[in-house]
Amino acid sequence: MSYIVDRRLNGKDKSSVNRQRFLDRYKKQIREAVSDAASQRSITDVESGEQITIPQRNISEPIFQHGQGGDRTIIHPGNKEFATGDQLQRPETGGGGSGSGEASDSGEGSDEFMFSLSREEYLDFLFDDLALPNLIKQHLKGTDSFRFKHAGVVSEGNPSKINIVRSMRTSLSRRLALGGSSRARIKEARRELELLREEEINVERQQAILLLEEEIKTLTERLARIPYLDTYDLRYNHHVKDPVPTSQAVMFCLMDVSGSMTQPMKEMAKRFYMLLYLFLERSYEKTEIVFIRHHTSAKEVDEQEFFYSRETGGTVVSSALKLMDEIITDRYPVDQWNIYGAQASDGDNWNDDSPVCKKFLTEKLLPITQYFTYVEITPRTHQSLWDQYQLIEQECGDRFAMQEIKDLADIYPVFRELFHRRES
Amino acid sequence: MSETRKKEKCQPISEGSEWTFDLIEQYDLEIARVAEHYGLDTYPNQIEIISSEQMMDAYSSIGMPVGYNHWSFGKQFISVNQNYKRGVMGLAYEIVINSNPCIAYLMEENSMTMQALVIAHACYGHNSFFKNNYLFKTWTDASSIIDYLVFAKNYIAKCEERHGVSEVESLLDSCHALMNYGVDRYKRPYPISVELERQRQKEREEYQQSQVNELWRTIPGDTQTRRAGDKKIQFPQEPQENLLYFIEKNAPRLEPWQREVVRIVRKTAQYFYPQRQTQVMNEGWATFWHYTLLNHLYDEGKVSDGFMLEFLQSHTGVVFQPHFDHPGYSGINPYALGFSMFCDIRRICESPTEEDRQWFPDIAGSDWLSTLHFAMQNFKDESFILQYLSPRLMREMRFFTVHDDDKKEMLEIGAIHDEQGYQKIREDLARQYNLSVNEPDIQVVNVDLHGDRSISLRHKRQQRRPLGDTTEEVMRHVHRLWSFPVHIESSCDGKIEKNYHCPPRAKTDPSLFGMGFNFMGV
Repeated sequence: MSYIVDRRLNGKDKSSVNRQRFLDRYKKQIREAVSDAASQRSITDVESGEQITIPQRNISEPIFQHGQGGDRTIIHPGNKEFATGDQLQRPETGGGGSGSGEASDSGEGSDEFMFSLSREEYLDFLFDDLALPNLIKQHLKGTDSFRFKHAGVVSEGNPSKINIVRSMRTSLSRRLALGGSSRARIKEARRELELLREEEINVERQQAILLLEEEIKTLTERLARIPYLDTYDLRYNHHVKDPVPTSQAVMFCLMDVSGSMTQPMKEMAKRFYMLLYLFLERSYEKTEIVFIRHHTSAKEVDEQEFFYSRETGGTVVSSALKLMDEIITDRYPVDQWNIYGAQASDGDNWNDDSPVCKKFLTEKLLPITQYFTYVEITPRTHQSLWDQYQLIEQECGDRFAMQEIKDLADIYPVFRELFHRRES
Repeated sequence: MSETRKKEKCQPISEGSEWTFDLIEQYDLEIARVAEHYGLDTYPNQIEIISSEQMMDAYSSIGMPVGYNHWSFGKQFISVNQNYKRGVMGLAYEIVINSNPCIAYLMEENSMTMQALVIAHACYGHNSFFKNNYLFKTWTDASSIIDYLVFAKNYIAKCEERHGVSEVESLLDSCHALMNYGVDRYKRPYPISVELERQRQKEREEYQQSQVNELWRTIPGDTQTRRAGDKKIQFPQEPQENLLYFIEKNAPRLEPWQREVVRIVRKTAQYFYPQRQTQVMNEGWATFWHYTLLNHLYDEGKVSDGFMLEFLQSHTGVVFQPHFDHPGYSGINPYALGFSMFCDIRRICESPTEEDRQWFPDIAGSDWLSTLHFAMQNFKDESFILQYLSPRLMREMRFFTVHDDDKKEMLEIGAIHDEQGYQKIREDLARQYNLSVNEPDIQVVNVDLHGDRSISLRHKRQQRRPLGDTTEEVMRHVHRLWSFPVHIESSCDGKIEKNYHCPPRAKTDPSLFGMGFNFMGV
């Protein structure tokens, strides 16, 4: 006799613990693979998960094995033309050839171990150990926005918030409590009445019956007077105002589109912005992006125009910073928004403008932004803007960071550098 | 005539490919009836229907229904999952566990025909093999295995709680590296229940530690006398092939819980040992019986023509043996070889040729059923092939041997399927299934009890085959378990070819300087 059991409803993720252990164990290798992938592939692709490849030898489990060499005899099926004593050329080592190497003997499987990470896992690895600076400050600061939160049940409140179940429950228990003794007495009286009625008929008995009937009537009336629902049965849902940390962020992308910025430079900037966006998106419920491009004057544009339209002319960086400030005042109240700035440029600026930028940043923008990053995409030597910004970095290192990108492969490392978790 | 009689007498159990629990039960009853007719003796069956995800889970824990957690199972799972998703690999239709009752997993995606095939294959084929083959009878205990695995899982989880996941993990890594050397070939482990196991574990802990302490006792006065007397006594007295057992009992620095973990890995290895030794026979036996049982049902008219076609298609896929020059060739298919051999034995019994009478005088013309049962019960792959591989089958499979000697420039064809070659092919093929030939022969030969406490292993080269590249890495694992230096001498015909040391030795031999006392403070 066989038992047939349907196990399909049992959990199916029995292996998830083991899978997680594997990921933990090879964190380092996987992170390397992820950062390779991030710097080689288009960043837009990270919306999906990622195929990760790590070298097989790193994760092999060694056992005692035979090595190459010695004297071996192997049997194969399907002889066609061989006869005893035939001599054959040895196949090239590693090539396998006509089957004289079984994989298990040489210990060489495929060289790479490939598997996929889900998008979440991928981003976890991608942003592992990175943190948004000054996140906590804003949490403390952002007490201006509230959220209503359940805070139990109370006995006074607005009719629209009546809690029917709880009210009925209180009503029921009140009725039970108030009517309990009467009901018990009625029951008892009825039983006595029953007994009396079975006795012989006489005056005393009639008297007693009348008395009892009277009592039952009074009690029933008393019971009927207990109200079904009383005002003090009513219960109301209670809500309290709970201050919530501001959980929306706006990211300002500032880019120099003067003639000296070439398309490949813009591509690099774009990838940097993509990474930043993904990163912000993980920390905030809502993330908005504002694109500001500038040459001698600044303008707010949409994404397409930001990255692809061509402009020529000189460069005045402070124009973009000023516009950013205006937009913040207009649309993004500092107490409700976490503000991030990311500026990309090839470092060209009109010389007299650089000190202005420094002043404007330190005095106006940095106090209201969470973090401001500057990446300089240039193969050339730095100009005055870089020098001025370096001064800012020395002054306000906790809110301002700058890095240089030379080619595509730099982007991810630079990003890591900018957002490296700091000890607070 | 028989056709019409069948049609009248019997309706097929089902038409169509959808399965239901009722149908599975009916098929199981029918198959059980036929299996009994052929004298298959089985444990009770527990058939579990699972989804493909669950199958992947089962797959990656090497088929253990409950297993302790370890990253290597995660790795296995990831690669199974990946291959399955990419369509490189289909999932096994079934997994069957050597336990009592015998647990078989059926995948819900299978069609009715496949479910019936799996029931015949796993629940009656493998099951009867597990119950009757001498290796399984001797080395595994079907009734206690699930209990033991539960005990192991809980014990290891407890250790992780107490000593940290990474500590336990690295210990398991080391044990896994020696898993193939954790097998007792001569002593029968006796079955006990979980309760008993737990209780024993406690006693063992105390006792073992006391034994180890005894062994490593270094009280000066005592040592003096012992040293004088024991100078020539070797420890261990005989070379030990069960490395894990030796370590569990004698490693100087393992804590009691660590010894228990070593033991758990060793026990698991022991449990799987018979399966590794009987792959061809086990799969061959199960395949032979699903083929025979379902054909029997077909002859009775219990299954339809459509059922048979689907069944045969999948059966031929399972027993397909690509030739050596086929792009899909990856060695000999154990299903194909095993199935052909059992069919061949039946043929030899039922209609022997002159050649068969000459090669198999004992079984030619005998009762096929009892001959087959005898073969299943009393052999393992190696001896089974040596005993039963017939010249006719060698011709059918067109076997040939390639002789690969690194001292010669060319490969040589050693023997082919002809009169002169039969004997040679049979021996060589049997050797190919001998585990002790496939794995390097490594044994514990000496422990330097009063010196630096190093352990010496000896590798005997077979056919001059050296140790592979992984050796040093495995030695680091041995070193982790033993805590003191590990040496391997690899010898060929009594001549030492190569020495391995862990930790690696400097040019000058440190033992010359009497480093021993450094290690005294246990």
